[in-house]
Amino acid sequence: MAPVLAAQGLSVAISTRDGRTVTPVRNISLALDAGETLAIVGESGCGKTMTCLALSGLLPRRAQVTATSLTLAGEDLATLDRRRAREVRRQRLAVVFQDATNGLNPVKSVGWQVAEAVRLRAGGSRAAASAEAQRLIGRVGLPDPARIMRAYPHQLSGGMNQRAMIALAVAGNPDVLVADEATTALDVTVQAQILTLIAELQREVGMGVVFVTHDLGIVAQIADRVAVMYAGRIVESGPVGEIFAAPRHPYTAGLIASLPRIDRRERDLSVIEGQVPPIDAMPDGCAFAPRCQRAADDCRRTSPPLARLGGVHAACLHPLREMA
Amino acid sequence: MSVRFVIVKLLRAILTIWLVVTFVFFVLRLSGDPVAQLLPDDVDKQTVQFYRELWGLDQPVGVQYLRYIEALLQGDLGISFRNNLDAFQLVMERVPKTALLGGTALLFALGFGIPLGIYAALHRDTAIDRAIMSVAVFGFSLPNFFLGIMLILIFSLQLRWLPSSGSGTWWHLLMPAVTLGTGFGAQIARYARSAMIDVTNRAYMRTAEAKGAGQTRKLYVHALPNAAIPIVTITGMKIGELLGWAVVTETVFAWPGIGRLLTSAVAMRDLAVVQCIMLILAVTMVSANFIVDLAYGWLDPRVRAQRQGER
Repeated sequence: MAPVLAAQGLSVAISTRDGRTVTPVRNISLALDAGETLAIVGESGCGKTMTCLALSGLLPRRAQVTATSLTLAGEDLATLDRRRAREVRRQRLAVVFQDATNGLNPVKSVGWQVAEAVRLRAGGSRAAASAEAQRLIGRVGLPDPARIMRAYPHQLSGGMNQRAMIALAVAGNPDVLVADEATTALDVTVQAQILTLIAELQREVGMGVVFVTHDLGIVAQIADRVAVMYAGRIVESGPVGEIFAAPRHPYTAGLIASLPRIDRRERDLSVIEGQVPPIDAMPDGCAFAPRCQRAADDCRRTSPPLARLGGVHAACLHPLREMA
Repeated sequence: MSVRFVIVKLLRAILTIWLVVTFVFFVLRLSGDPVAQLLPDDVDKQTVQFYRELWGLDQPVGVQYLRYIEALLQGDLGISFRNNLDAFQLVMERVPKTALLGGTALLFALGFGIPLGIYAALHRDTAIDRAIMSVAVFGFSLPNFFLGIMLILIFSLQLRWLPSSGSGTWWHLLMPAVTLGTGFGAQIARYARSAMIDVTNRAYMRTAEAKGAGQTRKLYVHALPNAAIPIVTITGMKIGELLGWAVVTETVFAWPGIGRLLTSAVAMRDLAVVQCIMLILAVTMVSANFIVDLAYGWLDPRVRAQRQGER
């Protein structure tokens, strides 16, 4: 079966005001099957949100998105004109962002906003959209849907607004849901509820979910596959189980090692020394080399391509051995 | 909207108006004897005394004030010293002219200011944005009377297209309204631009985009209702200034409104007329603010909720 969303050689280039060009996303490829959850993880500034926005077509016009192919539900958006690509995305792809309270329009009722999403994706009459909106609001677990329909975002909690955002996103059954740090701002308990809700809806509708997060705990909990991003590139990707059990890229290994664990009391958490190189001063060769303990001279010369290593893909000249 | 909200607003309005009339009353009494202004220099003392008693100016100021307030509460705004006519009637005859001028200027200002400001915001940092904002800064910094005189020079004296003074026809209205509305419109344009830029950067605009809302829908349905809130605020706040500048504009164009009546009444120390005009201006201001408050509740559900006492 063809993946519902697939990107080949996706790059984002942004011209800055002083005439230079930065590339926050460089030549990444990913594929998402229907019903599957792909997590994109990485530190802030690694390009994961940019990737999200590029997939969703939400980057401003001065950002140049290029891809050898970018297919969504069988249509190659890279070959379509802007208007048609928008149309395909509108019907097939939905996005949920981090801050739902600011993501909802403060002067419109929640019901109106969900109903608008229904109408924009699926069409139909106002009354039908409104009825569907109320059903969705109930479906995402908001109590007393008739009252929530009339409520405004400022009257609801962050968690409730995020549920409303999810109702708005799954309106009209999209094929792909892109969730960008969708639970980051929420309390842990609410976070777990939202994750469960997304998983339930995913099963019901059969949509693929791209879940962007910096939280490896969430990745382990919900994702089928994971793509680790560093400095605008995917450095390792594969099934979650294999990557957590035996990371091949030193960066992935470092991320996993820096996770605090509840069952172990450690004096010092393992940290990855150094910082992500600034976007306008990428080193030659592997971008992780300056922070990498395994780096050798060749790492500073050549930028390693993503290569198959057992069950995963990793972009590293000196990968960790399996079960290292 | 709760009853409490209306009552509080009403009490504040009464307090404001009372402060204005009191202030005006005492400042006018301190600014010289109207009898000396109104009567020729060579009249005898008995005549002076007669008029002082007629207008109650022989009494101590405190007594005058109490009489004034008492009359005011009975709806009596006094008699013009100049021509013995009822001051209120005298002023009300002029009100429609000022209302016409002010209303037209306001429409002109909003009609140009809001669309231009929004257009500039949507084309931020382009040549058209800079052009609109340059014109706005120019219009805003140009003194009102100077603009009026320039317009008269060009359109009345040079081109002979428009009448320079009076209020007989619609043509007479054109230049005064433009004069009065330009500075206001320029300020509105600047506020509309920044309000719109603020709104377009908000996360909910990205949500609208993600839903697949088109440009028109994003602008009219999602952005404008939010941008309208600060624009309404600033319009309400600036209406007082508009009234102030109306006095100047009416003088430049000999427009027979209350502004011109006010300048002549002040010059002649026609106390009753000045007091009456100030009272009407105060009431207008308070009403304008009340309308803005109502518009707020209508535009912003957060304000509405506060007024209903829920959170």
